[in-house]
Amino acid sequence: MTHSPAVETYTTADGRQIGGVLMDMRNITLRFGGVEAIKDISFDIREGEIRAIIGPNGAGKSSMLNVISGFYVPQEGEVWFRGHRRGPMKPYEVARLGIARTFQNIALFDGMSVLDNIMTGRLNKMKAGFLSQALWWGAAEREEIANREQVEKIIDFLEIQNIRKTPVGRLPYGLKKRVELARALAAEPQLLLLDEPMAGMNVEEKEDMSRFILDVNDEFGTTIALIEHDMGVVMDLSDRVVVMDYGRKIGDGTPDEVRNNQEVIDAYLGVAHD
Amino acid sequence: MIYREAGDFKTGYRDDGQTFPIRLDRWGYYAALAVAFGIIPFVINDYWANAVFVPFLIYAIAALGLNILTGYAGQVSLGTGGFMAVGAYAVYKLMTAFPEISVVIHILLAGGITAVVGMLFGLPSLRIKGFYLAVATLAAQFFLVWLFNKVPWFYNYSASGQINAPERTVLGWAVTGPATSAAGKYLVCLIFALLLAWVARNLTRGTLGRKWMAIRDMDIAAEIIGVNPLTAKLSAFAVSSFFIGVAGALLFAVYLGAAEVGEAFGINKSFLVLFMIIIGGLGSIFGSFAGAAFMVLLPVLLKNVLVGSFGWPTDLAAHFELMIVGALIVFFLIVEPHGLARLWALAKEKLRLWPFPH
Amino acid sequence: MDQLIYSAEIFLNGLMTGVMYALVALGFVLIYKASGVFNYAQGVLALFAALTLVGIQQGQVPFRHLINAIFGTHLESFGWTLPSVLAILLTAGVMVLLAVLIEKLVLQHLVGQEPIILFMATIGLAYFLEGLGDVMWGADIKTLDVGLPQGISESIESVTAAWFGYGFFIDRLDIWATAIAALLVAALVAFSQYTKQGRAMRAVADDHQAALSVGISLRFIWVMVWSIAGFVALVAGIMWGTKSGVQFSLSLIALKALPVLMLGGFTSIPGAIVGGLIIGVGEKLFEFWIGPLIGGATENWFAYVLALIFLVFRPQGLFGERIIERV
Repeated sequence: MTHSPAVETYTTADGRQIGGVLMDMRNITLRFGGVEAIKDISFDIREGEIRAIIGPNGAGKSSMLNVISGFYVPQEGEVWFRGHRRGPMKPYEVARLGIARTFQNIALFDGMSVLDNIMTGRLNKMKAGFLSQALWWGAAEREEIANREQVEKIIDFLEIQNIRKTPVGRLPYGLKKRVELARALAAEPQLLLLDEPMAGMNVEEKEDMSRFILDVNDEFGTTIALIEHDMGVVMDLSDRVVVMDYGRKIGDGTPDEVRNNQEVIDAYLGVAHD
Repeated sequence: MIYREAGDFKTGYRDDGQTFPIRLDRWGYYAALAVAFGIIPFVINDYWANAVFVPFLIYAIAALGLNILTGYAGQVSLGTGGFMAVGAYAVYKLMTAFPEISVVIHILLAGGITAVVGMLFGLPSLRIKGFYLAVATLAAQFFLVWLFNKVPWFYNYSASGQINAPERTVLGWAVTGPATSAAGKYLVCLIFALLLAWVARNLTRGTLGRKWMAIRDMDIAAEIIGVNPLTAKLSAFAVSSFFIGVAGALLFAVYLGAAEVGEAFGINKSFLVLFMIIIGGLGSIFGSFAGAAFMVLLPVLLKNVLVGSFGWPTDLAAHFELMIVGALIVFFLIVEPHGLARLWALAKEKLRLWPFPH
Repeated sequence: MDQLIYSAEIFLNGLMTGVMYALVALGFVLIYKASGVFNYAQGVLALFAALTLVGIQQGQVPFRHLINAIFGTHLESFGWTLPSVLAILLTAGVMVLLAVLIEKLVLQHLVGQEPIILFMATIGLAYFLEGLGDVMWGADIKTLDVGLPQGISESIESVTAAWFGYGFFIDRLDIWATAIAALLVAALVAFSQYTKQGRAMRAVADDHQAALSVGISLRFIWVMVWSIAGFVALVAGIMWGTKSGVQFSLSLIALKALPVLMLGGFTSIPGAIVGGLIIGVGEKLFEFWIGPLIGGATENWFAYVLALIFLVFRPQGLFGERIIERV
């Protein structure tokens, strides 16, 4: 068994208090036909932490994120969220549990404005009935305005005020990534999943994105799980890191621990010494 | 006259979300309403009502309906003719079965019945996408037309197999039947079209509209952010079919007065309404009206020019019309897949900045 | 027992209709595989081909109604009658020309658009071609005769009469049509599997970009595929035109091919063949057994409803590839 040590809480280097287990992945195995994308992996994600999953190409990182987000259902193993075992669920039901995500290849709604895209993040908070919506009277209008205020806070937070009404399709890559983060944040998630948030960005954009990720974690206290290629960024950002290789877990711990893990060095970091 | 946002300050999110954010647009809209209600009813004659205004308004409702399904929710349907037939036959059955109830209620109920039928045929959309679905909606088209043709109960066992609209009044004014005045037909269609356009606008700007558009733009991502595809797609089918059902009911009861299903609601009707939203603009309320106007006016215009001025035989003119319509569809898809509405929006955007283009 | 013998006759007729459906469906599959275009105009292509064939064979002046209307002339025909083979070859040439024009004027400008936009463009194309066919050759119903045998096949009738005591009524035209269609289907499959152009076509079908990068000319392949589709349409047009006259309803056979495609999968050649046979037989038997109970004329929708029900359970069709969704 490769369970993480069962500590209730811990304090990070910068003094943040990390809470109990939010999500617990137990002995997850995922197969596509005959291929095992994930082999018997266990790890947990704690409340308030930034957790990274890293590994070389084809290590199974994205598959793991898709298991967490409920898009793939593992053949074996259990997924526990907030102390309850999560059965097989539709993706939209997972979203309603409070898990939001961004995508590696941006998955924004190209035909809609930035504002509307972010508003979609709040769809599950809006409860006005059909009639109220059809007549735009009462609950529908009140809700729209109240949620718009929340969305405007996120727009301010991510500094995208000037592109509010721009159709998403016209935005440059870096901004799209930011809008996608805004949409995920709008859902006020308990767990935020980021799928390669810095992929394809230049240094400046990476710095911006890192700052936003840290700020989100800091100001909203959102738990974040991310997968990422850029080792430097990951080591600076995250509190704890899971390292995967060929579908197996080969390391788990703080960035420093992982950095000194021989198996990890061989599998992944070793490349850097060539 | 200055077409500007500047100086027209929005002080709340309510103002920011209004339908016509620019003052001049608002005035234009009110002016159009004033003409539609204050002038046209008093000058309209039978030719203008039957050739232009009444079909324009009815097809605008159908186009709104199809646009909700195809333009907003991204589900292509070729079953519009069949769903219009449901509305027509439903209103016919209701009018003849319950003559004491107002025809307005019948028309709305016909819309409701069509909504239920639409949801039924929308069920496959949960499993199949794109043109598999488009072809699947043809099943609705052919099956429904066959049904109304073959089951005599639907046409009250009339010998001709036709349905005929009995005379009904609203507030003492005849709105169906041979005694209806041009203004009466026009006004009843106008009120339905405006109310439904308003409802369409409300639905598409709120929660439901965002769900539809999310499904349209990227269905997998929509599901992952929490949109239930079942309710989103079926609600689109239901609302769309309601509109199309009302349009079918009006087409039969107010405009045609008598109808035979294969002729009035054949597959060409499905394509006609589809062309309206392509030319007008997918995902645009204004586009639904623009497309309907275009497709209603084009044949009238061509007929007047080719037959009236050039003296061509009518069948040749009709074939020519097919060519022009087909070429226009291809042209619009190549040049501007978002149709007239986008051209209009681009023109307005230019105007907003004029004379400083940068 | 009698019912069973009738059913056997209907089964045979259904199979032959099915081969024709398969032929039309194959036209769709070829274009879809090579260009991702779901060509709604396939049926109208068949109508257009048949109209052109009749026009050329009988020496009609193209656009004569239009010319007469504009210039007040009374043109009718050139006054010759061409041999069938020559007329067919000339019509095939027209179809190739049409393919070139379609590629140049329509497809080229729609590269990279969403499939559904392309689909709607072919609906526009269908309208245009229908109008063009009518303007060129007139909309009256025409008889087409290229010398295919017609009338009841006496030999089959006498043989079956000897076996079952009931002579099957099978049209010789249907037998010929089936044979030719089957031959054409076999030739197309062989072409796409064993020739260089066929391989290039399949490469394009797999991945446009990759095909371009190894030096395959996309435009040439598209023109070729549309020419083949035009040729298939011509053959279908000859069969159906001979059978029931060249008229607008001929273009509706394409609508019959659509459920065949849904059943067989848009990308599968064997799917088109098997799907065509299933629907040909299915709709005839359904009409025979169930039709009388519910008012008849069920052929209009049976194929669609069958395909629809089938698709709900197997969205990728009989032989289509399973779609794995990714994010």
